[in-house]
Amino acid sequence: MVAELRQDDVLKNVGTDYKYGFHDAEKDYAFKSGKGLTREIVTKISQMKNEPEWMLNYRLKALDIFLKKPMPKWGNAKLLNDIDFANIHYYVRATEKQGKNWEDVPEGIKNTFDRLGIPEAERKFLAGVTAQYESEVVYHSIREDLEKQGVIFTDMDTGLREHEAIIKEYFGTVIPSADNKFSALNSAVWSGGSFVWVPAGVRVEIPLQAYFRINTENMGQFERTLIIAEPGSFVHYIEGCTAPVYSSDSLHSAVVELIAKPGAHIRYTTIQNWSKNVYNLVTKRAVAHEDSKVEWVDGNLGSKLTMKYPSIYLVGPRAHGEVLSIAFAGEDQHQDAGAKMVHVAPDTSSIIVSKSISKNGGRTSYRGLVKVYPEAHNVKSSVKCDALLMDEASRSDTYPTMEIDEKDVTIEHEATVSKVGEEQLFYLMSRGLSQDEATTMIVNGFFEPFTKELPLEYAVELNRLIQLEMEGSVG
Amino acid sequence: MTKTILTIKDLHVSVEDKEILKGVNLTINAGEIHALMGRNGSGKSTLSYTLMGHPRYKVTKGQILFHGKDLLVMPADERARLGMYLAFQYPVAIPGVSVSNFLRAAVKAKRGQDVPIKEFRAELKDNMTKLGIANEFLSRYVNDGFSGGEKKRLEILQMALLKPEMAVLDETDSGLDIDALKTVAEGINSLASSDNAVLLITHYQRLLNYITPQFVHVMHNGEVIKSGDSKLAHELEAKGYDWITQELVAQA
Repeated sequence: MVAELRQDDVLKNVGTDYKYGFHDAEKDYAFKSGKGLTREIVTKISQMKNEPEWMLNYRLKALDIFLKKPMPKWGNAKLLNDIDFANIHYYVRATEKQGKNWEDVPEGIKNTFDRLGIPEAERKFLAGVTAQYESEVVYHSIREDLEKQGVIFTDMDTGLREHEAIIKEYFGTVIPSADNKFSALNSAVWSGGSFVWVPAGVRVEIPLQAYFRINTENMGQFERTLIIAEPGSFVHYIEGCTAPVYSSDSLHSAVVELIAKPGAHIRYTTIQNWSKNVYNLVTKRAVAHEDSKVEWVDGNLGSKLTMKYPSIYLVGPRAHGEVLSIAFAGEDQHQDAGAKMVHVAPDTSSIIVSKSISKNGGRTSYRGLVKVYPEAHNVKSSVKCDALLMDEASRSDTYPTMEIDEKDVTIEHEATVSKVGEEQLFYLMSRGLSQDEATTMIVNGFFEPFTKELPLEYAVELNRLIQLEMEGSVG
Repeated sequence: MTKTILTIKDLHVSVEDKEILKGVNLTINAGEIHALMGRNGSGKSTLSYTLMGHPRYKVTKGQILFHGKDLLVMPADERARLGMYLAFQYPVAIPGVSVSNFLRAAVKAKRGQDVPIKEFRAELKDNMTKLGIANEFLSRYVNDGFSGGEKKRLEILQMALLKPEMAVLDETDSGLDIDALKTVAEGINSLASSDNAVLLITHYQRLLNYITPQFVHVMHNGEVIKSGDSKLAHELEAKGYDWITQELVAQA
């Protein structure tokens, strides 16, 4: 996240402000599927991974669902219909081996992660790291003390080989294949992602991180993540992602399932910084059992179109859910993001805070749902959406849905849309700050409720990214 | 030898095509404190915003010179770095930006380089003590949920850190209780020196009980119609503004 850049990288990215847009040569790739999606490709993926029969069947069934399901007609239907499913590589394996030391990772790939700052971040402040390159995890490590306490943190493929019973029990139980078209697609061609299992009572105080990198053009990345926090445990999982800048589009479509058992606490932080040619269509959902707590801290800066609504099903009494999200949409970007809180049990509570900034014609949408089932009494829910528009050409919309089937509830909803104020700019400029500096300061302040929830290193990086985006943003 | 800091010549200013200032002339030298008085709507605040370069205030005629340099071609940030300062009547809130981050950024912008954190803290602490500002203040968001008195103290704290050559204080006394007024006035007095100048904009005389200006100007309908020494302020306090406008009518 704190990689130094060579001058040629900087020059290449002039005008894009995106410093992760470089790509590596693919000459030594171990396997790259042809374009398009067929039963043969799905079977081939499963065979190459030596999967058990039930997983192959699961995939094939999901493929049928994917092919039958129509494209969603909401969100950004026009951009969705532009996706050419026949022009995507569904499975790309850059290397045969997975490293436990960075030295074991092939030179070219290691250099990429060095430039993205992952090894450095790991040394400084992480308890475990997986690094996914194309379809497969190429590096994985976890601190010994956590391993000794029984914490499992591995890529999903290894998870399936080594912990098949747990995976078979939970995989697809939070997000079934048929949930939506893209969860079906993921279920058919998934590869990589993380499997985390935290034993009862164990607190993983230092974050675990997964980093996802797409390298090849017209790539589809379909990682699959499952996190299970046993009773009374705690885990903080962070994911980051980037991709090269290409003229044609790539597709990232993950499925993330979280299960917080009674009294457990899961925090899941995302800093999504895909290049502006990536479709980011992700299904994220958590089940929160009694007295548990689930938090999605979701930052969306990159991508062409993101459609993502982290959800929490509050199924046990006194469970608590929070979604804190920010979205930034610049030129040619649409961030359609939000949250869903489904209150099934009584005495459950939820908080949604959504903040978005649109600039240079970018578009942000908040799309959210608060649902309260009958007899889920004494539910409390609060939704707050703030949108900031940087110019006249940009756009922000709010689509809040409330389905409340119980009387004994407290629901608050507040939404604001504002423009970067002339008075705020003038105030800061009258203190000597340039217009860019003043704008950056206002924007960082707007995102502050989000940034302060991040580990310091990520907060610093996020502020820096925002600064890059703001340079020359006000004419 | 007197050193002129600010020269305002025949200044005409419009807001949304309505002329507010109709030919203001004023010269301010180093070491001087000027008070600009007048009723609400007489154009005092327009003058202060125009001096600082607010984009909504259009100068249609005239000049503003700072040490002979034309301020009108400069945006607000350039004027600030040159040595202009405006203490706002209604400072805006900047949610999410802590006072300490803001002050550090402002000081860095003004001085053109980062101030070592230790040195900055010491300077900050010293000034905060003088202005009776508690430490917790630093972690609050700029002007967000501040009382009137807190806002005005922050304006004076910034002035203390930025050390402007020309400070314009717009209604700094409004909304202050008597204790806060004294503290703020003491702050201003301690900052005024032979190297800088202060323009106090007020429509009450009460701030002038604590700060003695050498020059008092009365603004009416977009013009300075009378200038005098500090006695003029007392006269205004006793007699109101009407006698001056009547004088004006009589002269005409």
